[in-house]
This record gives sequence, structure tokens and C-alpha cells, in this order.
Amino acid sequence: MHIDQLEKKWAGISLGIAGLFVAVILGSALFHGIHAPSNVETIDSARLHLSEEFAEDNLGAQLNADGSVTVRLVAGRYGFYPKNIVLPAETNITFRWVSLDVIHGVHIPMTNMSTMIVPGYVAQVQTLLHHTGEYPMLCNEYCGMGHAHMWSNLKVVSKTDWANMNNQGEASHE
Amino acid sequence: MNNSAEKKLALTHLWVAFGAFGLAAVMGLYQVIERSGFFGFLESRAVYYASVSTHGVLMGFVLTTFFIMGFGYYTATSSLKMPVWNLSFAWVGFGVSLSGVVMAALPLLGGAASVLFTFYPPMQAHPLFYIGATLLVVGSWFWCVSMIVMYTQWKNANPGIAVPLAMFATTANAILWLWTSVGVAVEVLFQLIPWSLGWIDSIDPGLARTLFAWTLHPIVYFWLIPTYTAFYCLVPKQAGGFLFSDEMARAAFILLVVFSLPIGFHHLYMDPEQGHGWKILHAVGTFVVTLPTFITGFTVIASLEIAGRLNGGKGLFGWIAALPWTNPMVLAIILGLLMLIFGGFGGLVNASYAMNAMVHNTAWVSGHFHLIFGGTTVIMYFGVAYYLWPILSGKPLFCKAMAVKQLWTWFIGMIIMTTPWHILGLLGQPRRIDSVNYNNLLTLSWEPYEVTMMFGGAILLYSSALLLINLYKTQMGTEAYQGEIEYAEPIHAPDDLPEYLNSFKLWNIVIAVFMLIAFGYPILQFFLMETFGSGRWGV
Repeated sequence: MHIDQLEKKWAGISLGIAGLFVAVILGSALFHGIHAPSNVETIDSARLHLSEEFAEDNLGAQLNADGSVTVRLVAGRYGFYPKNIVLPAETNITFRWVSLDVIHGVHIPMTNMSTMIVPGYVAQVQTLLHHTGEYPMLCNEYCGMGHAHMWSNLKVVSKTDWANMNNQGEASHE
Repeated sequence: MNNSAEKKLALTHLWVAFGAFGLAAVMGLYQVIERSGFFGFLESRAVYYASVSTHGVLMGFVLTTFFIMGFGYYTATSSLKMPVWNLSFAWVGFGVSLSGVVMAALPLLGGAASVLFTFYPPMQAHPLFYIGATLLVVGSWFWCVSMIVMYTQWKNANPGIAVPLAMFATTANAILWLWTSVGVAVEVLFQLIPWSLGWIDSIDPGLARTLFAWTLHPIVYFWLIPTYTAFYCLVPKQAGGFLFSDEMARAAFILLVVFSLPIGFHHLYMDPEQGHGWKILHAVGTFVVTLPTFITGFTVIASLEIAGRLNGGKGLFGWIAALPWTNPMVLAIILGLLMLIFGGFGGLVNASYAMNAMVHNTAWVSGHFHLIFGGTTVIMYFGVAYYLWPILSGKPLFCKAMAVKQLWTWFIGMIIMTTPWHILGLLGQPRRIDSVNYNNLLTLSWEPYEVTMMFGGAILLYSSALLLINLYKTQMGTEAYQGEIEYAEPIHAPDDLPEYLNSFKLWNIVIAVFMLIAFGYPILQFFLMETFGSGRWGV
């Protein structure tokens, strides 16, 4: 068998390049808190309204004792419910998404909030929203004829504004 | 050797492949215009999604499978210098695949299977769609059996001698495809067909996605291996040189087969039904599978450099200018490698566990896929077609200049279409939307890119027409052409090849172990935890 010296060197370099990429990715995955939705938690999509967590009254943003916020949203053709939510910037936010019908996906442009929403499973994503403003939440997985009409609205406000809003007794979802 | 029967078999497969391609190319232009929203009278989401589903099936499943089978049969008979084993068996396989395509086309064109080529249960298509898709795959298994039988027969008749590289690669692909298709076959046979026929009431979309991910990554290598086969076995000769290393080519094919299989979860990074650990394991494997492509890039470019220098090219880059740029196959590889550089960069972003979150399911992904598949992979199918058509039909190529123009327009069209597509993804546009309806100013930033993409689509359709006209006129020509396929010679003949570079026994065991590790528990978990199935949903 004949392997040229140059090929041996190049194979070594290629291995080095791939190894470097793997190291960077493992580093970011293990030490930089990358939270791809991987909680493997099942739920009966046909009985969401009867579940405690995703019954209508429990949807939307909820302030936790430790200052973090949990947001529960239901994806269904064609929207994410509740349709309008307001969230504080620079706060640990846990999104919990479920589908009441088919597969959906959702992302908030210019942020790393992205997940598939598979019926039968709860998709949980943790993130921080750094910039205030109006964001769309867009369905990014083909879910039927109305796929392009599936979106909801997110408004990110400063932490203090969000606290004032809640103290005045307003609903967190306008 | 008189192999006119084999030539007819191969040519028939290739005509089905490129016929499907032509139809799908027309749909492609319609889609890019429809989704821009600038032509209101064209707007119809029902037609759009029927078209997208058909375009995907025709390009992804029909063009590829028939091209691979046709090219494979001719590679087998010409490289081994033996007739195709059991021709009627091969024709039956062709018939099964073709009837599957027709069967799937009926609901697809009628809008009763607008679930895209990735199926997406619990949206349900007409049962004929699933049954047709299954038959297409079953027919391709006939081809796999043919290739493995011929490889084995030749090896038994020539003990201790290296199997010709082209056949080694083709057999690798047959084995890869058998392993690859298991995932989707299980999904279709045990979930989709019984569920669409009403025999079972619910299926678990999480399990379905996991099984589809088994198939989803290696299938792209099934499409790519014929392209790489041409890179290694045909291009160096056409460029006027020699293959730099036969052994490294074999190593690359083995790495492709072994490592493309256990890594499908990079399609599920954003899915809730699989855990972190499994995703990271598959992410690591995803980077291992870049190795054979790095090796291929080196060996193939080294082979081209040898050719360029033999043609009189001097200096560090002078050999590039000395390549025969007007030889369609050489031009195809040059343009294909350029697109591989861009597309490979995008692929690294997708494969990266964290960065993927920024582009997942956005228009970026569709742009990436078109660039790397429609670009790098399919442009080489064109190069092979221009080379094989005269040999298979016995008529000279109708017009070489037209072929060169076709390849250039394909490259330019692909760049003009996919660059804005990538940018749209970074600007947050979801993939697979038929129109823009969002109540947000962000969408205004999308418009210039949507306009640009239309020009790309138009150039690509023009290019497709040039290809089909050229092939058709060749076929209809009156002059005769005598020629056989010429394989590239390696600089060093592979004499004392170790058995692990000439056989797949060891590698099949390695694959079995890898698949058990990578997919064993992730599939088993659905039977260990309480899951809730989904019923049937329309589109």
C-alpha cells in the first residue's frame, strides 16, 4: 500500500481541524449554558386544557420566587397562545412550549430562542432577552396551509417597567 | 464486450431521473415567484404546497435514486468488465421503483399529499403517497442486491486483487443505502401506512422523527457518493492526468459510509424528544464525517494539479488555467468544488450545537441544502450525463458549447438564488412559507432578497432547459458514436491492498455497533416511558 507523505500530513491536519471544531462545540455546550430543548418530557396533547400546567388560565408569563420568569405557551394552528406576551429584559426566562395539534417550530428572530414543538412533548428553552422592543414569534416548521400565517407577538420591556406593570395589577399579557 | 443491454438499462434509468428533474425545475421557478408575493394572481397556498412537496420528492428521491441506479449499473458492468447480473431482476427493480413514483405522484399532484418529502406526521397524506414512496425504495433495494452480487462474484473470481475503485465506491453506496433506508422503512411500514389506512389510531411523532433522522443524514451521502465516484474515477482522466491516491479514495469512501450513519440527530438538535447527551454524541460524529470530505478535497485537487501540470501549466496557480475548462466534466467539478466551499461553511454552522439555534428552520437551511445538493452534488450529475450520454446512446453529444454554457448558468443561478436565501434566514425568515403575512417591520428587510432569488430561479430553469434539450438532441442525433467509459489511472496501482480496504465485512460490523450505540437507547426510550400518540390531522 502506498500513502503519500503529503496525504499523511493532510490527514493529520484535517483531524486537527475537526478536533478543534469539536472542542469548541463541546466547550460551548458544556460550559456556556447552551440550552437546546432536550428535556424529554411527555404530555398528552389532546388533554392540554385538562392538564394543570397548560390550562388556559395558566398560560403566559409567571414570576418565580427566585426572580426568574416561566412562560407557558400553546402552539396550535395557527398561532401561539396567548397571542401577545410581555417579558422583562435581562432576566432568566424559561419557555415551556406544547402543541395541541401537529408539529410546529418557533423562533424569535435575532435571539437564540428556537425550538421544535412536537405534539406529545414539552419543549423547554432557557434564555435571556437582551434588547427591548417588539419581536414576532414565528412558526418555522410547515404545519399546514396556514403555516405562513402562524405568528404571535412578544414585547420585551425593561425589568423595572415589567415589575411596575405587574404591580399595577395588569395582566402580563396585555 | 457487447454491453448494449446494459447501456439501455442505464440510459432508461437516467432518462427517468432527468425527466423528473425537468418537471421539478419548472416547479422551482413557480415557487420562488409565488412566495415573493409580487404576483398576486399566482397566489395559492394549496398549489404552492402541492408544488413544494412534489418538487422535493422529484429532486430528492426520484432524480437521485434513478441516477444512482443507472450510473451504478453501467459502472458495475464497465469497471468489472462483466454483464449485469440477472438483467430481468434489474428491470423488475426499475419497474417497482417507477410504479412507486407514479403511485406517489397521483396524490402529490392532486394536493392530497402536501406533507413535504419529510412526511411530518401527524399531518396525514393519502396512503398511496406512503405506499408509492415505499415501492420506490424497495425497487432501489433490487439495485443494491445487484451491486453486491456483482462485487462478490468479481471478488471471488479475482482473489487478492483490488476491486476497481469505481465499483468499490458503488458497492459502498449500495451498502450505505441498505443501512440508511432501514430508519424510514420502519417509520413508513410500522407507523405511517397502518395509521393512514386506519389500522391504528395514533402514532408517536417523536418516534417518527427519530426514525426519520436515522435516514435523513446518510441519505445525502447516498446522493453524494456518485458525485465523489466521478471526482475520483472519471475527472482525473478527463482533465488529462492521474488519480493521486487510490488508497486514500477507498479510505474516504469507507469513512463516508461508516460515519454518515450514526449522526442523524444533528437534525434533532432543537427537538424535545431526545436528550442533550445523545445530541452531543451525534454532533461529535458529525464533525468526524467532515474528514472524508477534507481528504476528497485534497486528493481530487492534487489530481487536478497533476493534470494541469501535464497540460503545461506552470507556477503556483498556473496549473489551474491549464485545466481543460471547456470539458463539461472538468468544468462541473471546478464549479462543484467552489459551491462545496460555500456550502461546507454553512454546513459547519448548522452542525454547531449552539450556532444552529440562530439558523434552525430558517430560510438559511433551505439555502444551504440547495447549494450543497442542487449545487455540488447535482452539477456533477450533469457532468456525468454529458460524458455518458454519447457512450450509452451511441450518438455524439449534440453541442459541447451548450453544455459549458449550461454548467456556468447553473452555477451562477445557484449563487444568485442561494446567497439571498441564506441572508433571509439570518434576517429571521422561517423556511417553507408561501407568502409573507407577518405583522412586523422586519419583513420589509426581506423584500430585496426575495426579488433577487427570482432571478436565480429563472436562470436555473433556463439552465435546466439547456441540459434537457442537449440530452434529447443527442439521443435523437443521426451520427454514430463509438466510445467506452475511460476510468482514471492511479499514480500508484493498488497492489498489496489490505483486506480492510477491499472488503466491507469489518465495516458492516463497525456500523452495526455504532448504530446500536447511537440509536439503541434513543429508540428504546419511547417504549420505556409513557408517551402520548397523535391522531390524524389534515393539512
